[in-house]
Amino acid sequence: MSVQKIYDAILELEDEEVEAAVQEAIDAGVDTSVILNEGLIGAMDEVGRLFSAGTLFVPEMLMAANVMKLGLDMIKPLLKGDNSGRGIVIIGTVAGDRHDIGKNLVSMMMEGAGFEVIDLGIDVPAEKFIEAAKEKNADLICLSALLTTTMAAMGEAVAAIKSSGLPVKTMVGGAPVGQDFANDIGADGYAPDAGEAVLLGRNLMAS
Amino acid sequence: MIIVGELINASRKAVGDAIKREDQDFIRKLAIDQAEAGATYIDVNAGIFVGKEGHYMEWLIENIKAVTKLPCSVDSPDPKVIEQGLKLNGDDVMINSISLEKDRLDAILPLVAGTPYKIVALCMDDEKMPETTDQRLKIADQLINKLVQNNVKLENIFVDPLVQPISTDKSYGMGFIDSVSEIMKTYQGIHTICGLSNISYGLPERKFLNRNFAVMAIAKGLDGLLIDPLDKKMMSSICAAETLAGRDDFNVKYLKAYRKKMLEV
Repeated sequence: MSVQKIYDAILELEDEEVEAAVQEAIDAGVDTSVILNEGLIGAMDEVGRLFSAGTLFVPEMLMAANVMKLGLDMIKPLLKGDNSGRGIVIIGTVAGDRHDIGKNLVSMMMEGAGFEVIDLGIDVPAEKFIEAAKEKNADLICLSALLTTTMAAMGEAVAAIKSSGLPVKTMVGGAPVGQDFANDIGADGYAPDAGEAVLLGRNLMAS
Repeated sequence: MIIVGELINASRKAVGDAIKREDQDFIRKLAIDQAEAGATYIDVNAGIFVGKEGHYMEWLIENIKAVTKLPCSVDSPDPKVIEQGLKLNGDDVMINSISLEKDRLDAILPLVAGTPYKIVALCMDDEKMPETTDQRLKIADQLINKLVQNNVKLENIFVDPLVQPISTDKSYGMGFIDSVSEIMKTYQGIHTICGLSNISYGLPERKFLNRNFAVMAIAKGLDGLLIDPLDKKMMSSICAAETLAGRDDFNVKYLKAYRKKMLEV
């Protein structure tokens, strides 16, 4: 089956093969939503799972995302606006924190999972998260902090988002952050890595 | 090689727990072990204790001073905590760290101006973190000038050009090493220092990569490291690299390490 080829090519990190496999599927008349969901996103889910399990490593995850994006770019013109249902995610590092490697990995995997991701970058004040969530009608805000000194800013941002009354969930992560801290500051969830972040994002949006 | 022993850091769980129960013996043993393993400075970081960081900084330094003559590296982003730590030290002390981030620069510069303290100068400003050699050198140059203008001697400055993960961009390794090389050539008498663990983020067998990266950087002039001095393989690789880089007259240090059976090959 053509979609299996797409899935395999992503997991094998083969960029040319994924392009050939997507073209083959398009030519064979496979529904684009099947190519997207079962081929491209299905493969990235497996990449995320293998990463969380410690079987795949960061550079492989980056490569897989690049390969997946090649396929995605090929089918994008063919998608009939049926890719909006997966949710809108706002992401950024909290005020005072300019460490964005972890945040970038989560952002990339969220995109790979089919979410619409609005990446606000680094050193994002609470108001900016709220503003963007309001403007985009977002479902989820992901906040990242790498420093013990910026954890306070994370707490303040989550509190501000809650008190804004927006119907948006919050997810936190980063080296010094854990489930206890997430509970303390009233975040809706904590994810230890990019693979888990995708799963948690889906759960939070479904709830 | 200037080895700053990194183990007395509250963000390491065992150390954080020991601090919480004020376990003097645990901290003192860590200080003695690092001194015996060849550390030049003992880094002291109580950063996880918001509100009580200064108190614990003092408690840690008192306990370290009780068992070793080695100087401390007072490690905090908070200028008040650094000031507290400095009070318990004489002239021989390291501050970790200053950077070109405006708030940090303004707060730390007065603490070091005109003093004989050693200072770690981290290549960060208020923009995005530096990625290329040019970006690092630009920050380093501004930071070094600020310090020298405020009567800090070049030989007391330890520039940290900032190690970034090789797993996210293959240019990050040489970007760092080329910066070390340029800084050591341009500002004669200055030092360069770094932590290593960032380089191997996201990859397996991290200690192996850290060790090899240290060897590569030493070859290009790196002369300071913030590491675990109890890591015998790391210390052995550093010893070999210094000898091979021509920084060990008549290979004396290497042979001494060999005879003392300190080389783990």
